[in-house]
Amino acid sequence: MTTETVIRIENLRFQRGDRVIFDDVTLDIPEGKITAIMGPSGTGKTTLLKLIAGQLVPDSGSVTVYDKNVHKLSRSQLYVLRSRMGMLFQSGALLTDLNVFENVAFPIREHTDLPEDLIELIVKLKLQAVGLRGALELMPSELSGGMSRRVALARAIALDPDMVFYDEPFVGQDPITMGILVSLIKKLNQSLKLTSVVVSHDVKEVLSIADFACVISEGRIVAQGTPEELLASDSEYVKQFLRGLPDGPVPFHYPATDYIEDLSC
Amino acid sequence: MLNYFHSLLFTMGKVTLGVASSVGRGALFVASLVPALPYAFTRIDLLVKQVYFSGVLSLPIILTAGLFVGMVLSLQGYNVLVDYNSEEAVGTMTALSLLRELGPVVTALLFAGRAGSALTAEIGLMRSTEQTSALEMMAVDPLKFIFVPRLVGAIIALPMLSMMFIGMGIFGGYLVAVGWLGVDDGAFWSQMHAHVDWKDDVVNGMIKSVAFAVLVSIIALFQGQDAIPTSEGVSRATTRTVVHASLGVLGLDFVLTALMFN
Amino acid sequence: MFRRSSIEIWVGAFVLMTLVALIFVAFKVSNFQGFQDKPTYQVSALFSNIGGLKVRAPVKISGVVVGRVDSISVDQKTYRAKVVMDIYKEYNKLSLDTSASILTSGLLGDQYIGLTPGADDEYLKNGDQIDIAQSALVLEELIGQFLTKLGDSGNKK
Ligand SMILES: Nc1ncnc2c1ncn2[C@@H]1O[C@H](COP(=O)(O)OP(=O)(O)OP(=O)(O)O)[C@@H](O)[C@H]1O
Ligand SMILES: [Mg+2]
Repeated sequence: MTTETVIRIENLRFQRGDRVIFDDVTLDIPEGKITAIMGPSGTGKTTLLKLIAGQLVPDSGSVTVYDKNVHKLSRSQLYVLRSRMGMLFQSGALLTDLNVFENVAFPIREHTDLPEDLIELIVKLKLQAVGLRGALELMPSELSGGMSRRVALARAIALDPDMVFYDEPFVGQDPITMGILVSLIKKLNQSLKLTSVVVSHDVKEVLSIADFACVISEGRIVAQGTPEELLASDSEYVKQFLRGLPDGPVPFHYPATDYIEDLSC
Repeated sequence: MLNYFHSLLFTMGKVTLGVASSVGRGALFVASLVPALPYAFTRIDLLVKQVYFSGVLSLPIILTAGLFVGMVLSLQGYNVLVDYNSEEAVGTMTALSLLRELGPVVTALLFAGRAGSALTAEIGLMRSTEQTSALEMMAVDPLKFIFVPRLVGAIIALPMLSMMFIGMGIFGGYLVAVGWLGVDDGAFWSQMHAHVDWKDDVVNGMIKSVAFAVLVSIIALFQGQDAIPTSEGVSRATTRTVVHASLGVLGLDFVLTALMFN
Repeated sequence: MFRRSSIEIWVGAFVLMTLVALIFVAFKVSNFQGFQDKPTYQVSALFSNIGGLKVRAPVKISGVVVGRVDSISVDQKTYRAKVVMDIYKEYNKLSLDTSASILTSGLLGDQYIGLTPGADDEYLKNGDQIDIAQSALVLEELIGQFLTKLGDSGNKK
């Protein structure tokens, strides 16, 4: 890698109860590039984003963002760091007592003293980018799943952060919207030099815009590199995951006892 | 037999540990809330909103309940006092019962059911829909943005509701005693005025009300925070809020009464 | 923005209603007199029996409240009840030979202290003691006296 590293994850270990989610994960995320994180459902991609943002604390290892160890920062320092991050939650996580306009305006109102007409301008620009400028007045309960994720995307980029984490931005979007979102993420990355981390299962779409990608499975990084390198990889894991084949080394099941044994009791 | 004893011990131990750990979590929660309290006054807009939600929206039930409680007190009091030819004292009796006990206590119980349960449900749902996580990610501290305004809003709103409950109750008592039962208007008010003391009765009653407000809102917020973030978890937490807060109010009332009126 | 301003109006009305209730309770229902009490001076009196007199009971002249009972204790020298009263400063021309008696409002009502000013030229000052003090009428004693008198008159016949 020739570019600078913004987010450096070193020897990360994280457990939920007895279940080890990450076991010695080391990963560098380059500045101003799009990094794709892929992996089977339930491997801990969302968990990884939360660890980076300091919402979860690792059992050992460290996460460094802009040369600061996220988990050693004081509460107020952490909040300063977070104001440079935008996160699109998998569930959207809109504030349910505010309408679409106010949701997108929320981070702007909380962190700046901009005049009302300027806020309106920014919010409308962001909503236009995700194709929902007409939905200003709707409440979150009146949105479809795909729509609320797009509103959440507009909110995540409202303050023009330095880093954006997209947790499954394409889920629930029709092919046309998906195409628009893919190019939106690419455009944001190019014009604003955003460091973007995209978690997604939509291999084709995400690899088309990613500069760098990694595949996580069973608590480890099983492959990383440029999309070309991954596609050319001869690891069974990667081949199976990228092509979506039912049989192979990638586990589809949550860890369990033997199936036949379980049924015959 | 031994088996039963075994499982009895097991249950007892489990319950004790459960209670102890929730008391511990509650204490930690309060300890984290207290230093953030001053922030309530840096965001007046949030505070006003919370006074609206827990105060203004509870007004209809509080006023109606106050009117009826006052009317019943007056009616019952009259029936006893008339035997001693001192039915003018019915105003005094109604006012004292309302100011010292029923005003603060009944308002707090109604508040626990109306506003406390709503607080728990709201916070529980915010957690289950990741809204609190989203706030944290937007560098907005949920403690300052969600918890503190709700706590202070409730502490402001409950004594105010209590005052209105008492005013309404005395008015209800007046309607029944003077308007219906024919007690002398002048005697009703002058007896009351001579026997109700500002400091002993009114101020003490309001102190009670503030104490209940702190108790009920802390229980409600803690249950919301502590709820398992699923629909079942939130519904259980809501029930716990009403039960714990109501019992807590009645217990605390006994302690405060013993301290104040002894 | 319409919603927010309507919330503020409601909260304003809420505050106003509380104030109305508070003023009603303070002035119509209770004896609120501002946060500091009226200026007073203290006089005391010794009674051989105070009956059911309580602290904060009113002190009246001709039925008008001129003060309140501040404390009740037993005087160590005379073993009589010492009642200290706060008299409002505006009634500072009570003659030295004012007498105090414990009276009852109505047959079963509360007890209060009635003052009857005398004719002396000098006035009671802070810390003075009223010398002429008449105890409470205690029902049991009255009945007792009545019975002995009845007995006495029976014997004389
Ligand atoms: N709050 C929690 N408590 C306990 N376990 C959890 C919790 N949240 C997640 N997990 C566990 O952590 C693991 C990783 O969860 P995570 O949400 O990070 O998966 P993911 O990779 O984002 O999956 P998906 O692609 O389905 O979103 C899961 O196996 C889940 O069982
Ligand atoms: Mg996920």
